[in-house]
Amino acid sequence: MILMIGFKDITLWIHQMLSGYLNPGWVVASEALLVGLAMILLVVIMAVAMIYMERKVAGFMQLRLGPMRVGLWGSMQAFADVLKLLLKECLTPNGADKLLFSLAPFVVLTVSFLALAPFSFAPGLQLWDLNIGVLYISAVSSIGVIGILMAGWSSNNKYSLLGGMRSGAQIVSYELSAGLSIIAIVIMCGSLSIHDIILSQSDGWWIFKGHLPAMFAFVVFVIASTAELNRAPFDLAEAEQELTAGFHTEYSGMQFAMFFLAEYTNMFIVSMVGTTVFLGGWMPFHIVGFEAFNHLMDYVPSFIWFFGKTFFILFLIMWFRWTFPRMRIDQLLKLEWKYLLPLSIINIVIAAFITIMGWHF
Amino acid sequence: MKALFRYFSSIFSAFKSLWTGMRLTFYYLSHPKTILTQQYPENRKTLYIPEAFKGEVVLIHDENNEHGCTACRMCEMTCPNGTIKITSITEETEDGKKKKILDEWIYNLGMCTFCAQCIEACPQNAIKMQNTFEHSVYDRKELIKKLNHPGSKLKSTKKI
Ligand code: SF4
Ligand code: SF4
Repeated sequence: MILMIGFKDITLWIHQMLSGYLNPGWVVASEALLVGLAMILLVVIMAVAMIYMERKVAGFMQLRLGPMRVGLWGSMQAFADVLKLLLKECLTPNGADKLLFSLAPFVVLTVSFLALAPFSFAPGLQLWDLNIGVLYISAVSSIGVIGILMAGWSSNNKYSLLGGMRSGAQIVSYELSAGLSIIAIVIMCGSLSIHDIILSQSDGWWIFKGHLPAMFAFVVFVIASTAELNRAPFDLAEAEQELTAGFHTEYSGMQFAMFFLAEYTNMFIVSMVGTTVFLGGWMPFHIVGFEAFNHLMDYVPSFIWFFGKTFFILFLIMWFRWTFPRMRIDQLLKLEWKYLLPLSIINIVIAAFITIMGWHF
Repeated sequence: MKALFRYFSSIFSAFKSLWTGMRLTFYYLSHPKTILTQQYPENRKTLYIPEAFKGEVVLIHDENNEHGCTACRMCEMTCPNGTIKITSITEETEDGKKKKILDEWIYNLGMCTFCAQCIEACPQNAIKMQNTFEHSVYDRKELIKKLNHPGSKLKSTKKI
């Protein structure tokens, strides 16, 4: 049966096949190349799916239809847009710092790709089983702000600079509560490795197992990561109405597309972190006591579980974007420093207490 | 204590109001019937244009081919764009009084911004906005229209 073939077997088969033809050094090199290509392919496919989903969700929520003209129900719209951006000139403003200006999109995109490394998409389908996976992701993904600051500074445009600075203030402050909310789960599970975190949820997802602290941590995580993504209601860094487009005002063509891709990749990463830490990664949904139901759930392939949950969180983030109005910068900082941060610290204390008493399942 | 209560109640009221908004947008998302967009060229037969849509200015004529315009030129003076040109001729009635009569009500559709100020200004309510659209023509001159129908005259109702 096809379901019986795990991703582990496929990767093993590829490895053996390559070892048969090449010497070990080349095997590693070609495998790295394959993995890189697979990642790029995954990100591009996901980005196209997310862009289409976002535009449709946005349309329906605003009583519109969204894209309808290109392809069936506008499904080819994203490809048409990419084609258009490919054909456009990448313009550099005269007063810009040329080197930083052209470097910034690459920094932003590279950082997003780096953060993809430790994720586990299905059993046996993991690039790098790092023992500090969660820490690595939250550390790497915050480097992206340097790229944004670079873009804002080097554009030599007051709107870009304002957008970059805002984004810096925002990411630096929301990093804290995003990290703290994950730590609440890490305390309960006792490991920073993505693989271990997923395995620890085989008898129930942390959002259910961890009682109130886990649920609270999930809410904080969604809020803080939406802020880190610079998406509405926290899109002060872009703020179309005040800053035209914020830090990427001066970018055009593929350079702009790279910022766009990085934004969607980050969204994907954040949803995957949420899925892995709170919603059980690729673990199927089980209810204790309902054996027949649990068996039925086991038949759904694990990567479908993973991407289903990822898309659920993506939908949540989109839902926020198309419902809530943008916050002011003072409200933004107030929300973080007066509400999210103190409450998450209290939450961690409670989570630690629950863990010590062994009250989680 | 009071401050603490206010702190938490503000959190709850924030979540409540956010949830209200999210419920509304989810209602829209899950009820595609609420969509307002019209797929225009395809649905030309079934197209619905609201009655109040401001498409063009028309002079109201009744079934006797009579209109209410007294050629007072209020609309012409109100129009911010100089869209309206009203020409009148002076006639002498039986009892020797001089009276202005509308000759041509010229409306330049190409210059109109559909602000409807002329309609507000008209003391006789002689003009209105119509919900027609698809006004494109190949020659700009065709947009200059004469709104009073040929042979039409002023309504004979006497003011009391
Ligand atoms: S609608 Fe406005 S612009 Fe058009 S004719 Fe009337 S007053 Fe002028
Ligand atoms: S349309 Fe109305 S405002 Fe304009 S000239 Fe006639 S009566 Fe006067």
